[in-house]
Amino acid sequence: MLQVEQLCFLDWGPLSFSIEPGECLGISGDSGSGKSLLLRAIADLDAHEGEVLLDGEGCVDHPGAAWRGRVAMLAAESRWWFDSVRAHFPEDFDGSILRGLGFSGKDVMGWDVSRLSAGEKQRLALARLLAREPGALLLDEPTANLDPGATGLVEQVVSVYREQQQVPVVWVGHDEQQLRRVANSALCMQGKKLKKSW
Amino acid sequence: MNIIELEPWELALAGALVVALASCTIMAGLGVAKPLLIAAVRMVLQLSLIGLVLRELLDANNPWWVGMIALVMLAFAGREVSARQKYRLRGIWGYGIGTGAMFVSSFAVSIFGLAAIVRADPWWDPRYAIPVLGMLLGNTMTAVALSIDRLTASAWQSRETIEARLMLGESGRQAVSELVREALRSGLIPVINSMAVAGVVSLPGMMTGQILAGNPPGEAVRYQILIWLLIAAGCGFGMLIAVRMTADRLFDERDRLRLDRFCH
Repeated sequence: MLQVEQLCFLDWGPLSFSIEPGECLGISGDSGSGKSLLLRAIADLDAHEGEVLLDGEGCVDHPGAAWRGRVAMLAAESRWWFDSVRAHFPEDFDGSILRGLGFSGKDVMGWDVSRLSAGEKQRLALARLLAREPGALLLDEPTANLDPGATGLVEQVVSVYREQQQVPVVWVGHDEQQLRRVANSALCMQGKKLKKSW
Repeated sequence: MNIIELEPWELALAGALVVALASCTIMAGLGVAKPLLIAAVRMVLQLSLIGLVLRELLDANNPWWVGMIALVMLAFAGREVSARQKYRLRGIWGYGIGTGAMFVSSFAVSIFGLAAIVRADPWWDPRYAIPVLGMLLGNTMTAVALSIDRLTASAWQSRETIEARLMLGESGRQAVSELVREALRSGLIPVINSMAVAGVVSLPGMMTGQILAGNPPGEAVRYQILIWLLIAAGCGFGMLIAVRMTADRLFDERDRLRLDRFCH
């Protein structure tokens, strides 16, 4: 279970909510309303007050890197720093989720990052994140660059991971219909506070 | 054999060359005439002043005076390093890291060279100590300034990539390991290049000076070799310290990227 208690960052908050294992919380709101900042605070990338707990263990009980290894954030725009795709993945990555994301197999691992399209980068960024087997997912508009087909694949892969591993997921997005598909409940960021949508 | 004395008006002839260069740059609209002339005047004044100081220092032969001059040189070098940064750490760190790194490396390497290798009597004899330290500080200063500047500028440029790596659970040190390596390389390359062409293309200043002063070339060469080896060591260790400390200041205790600690 992911618990966010009295979280404050900059002049947002206090924000509180919790997500049961295997559940997905959708968060919507206008651009600039602070949805990404909320994910960054939960991932402890920005200074904040208040507590975030995963399965009862607090963010401050772990070193920053260890916390982010468990509570993993997927940024809206993916970044790549090595030349080859493979170098961004853990060495023991078996490639099983690649097929679910629309790649024909492991040969994409041998590609150069420079030949990837925006959509391929976004799907591989999700694969790269799941390969590290995090205990919670913070997804910032994970399908923003994707066509409807690929969007469906990403939704499917996330929900399979969420149910099999029983991890809590936060899904930030604009598309109300999509949030209805992927999330069990939804909040809306408005005036630096979270309001219940449904 | 005595050295031919240079009269002030003879130096003025060489100065006329720089003035001619400055007029050319004005005509070309390069906007560097003023800094060029200021730097030339500064150089003349500073060297004349250190000439007087060295004369007193050699006469006095007092270790405390040698130590004090060394610290003054260090303070200027530290100021220069922080002035060459595009992104500077706020507060005392901006000045402290470069100065501290140069203090540890240049002073330690100089003392090692003076006490264990040259073995003048006494080891702090200003005739050896001040030139050796000066050459080490001058080169270490460039290497340290270059490498820190490279690291902070590249961290600034690739801040989103660094944070992307943090989001995957990497530590701050892992997330900047490639940048740190590049910064160290870029700082050491001038030293490596200078050593590679020493004697073939360039005759280093100190050796030239000794030969001009009438010392046997063999002796001058051995001193120059010693100095180059000390410079390489001083630059390398100074950079290792400065880049590591700067890299650690990029992140806080929660391994968050903290570029707000830098100003520009």
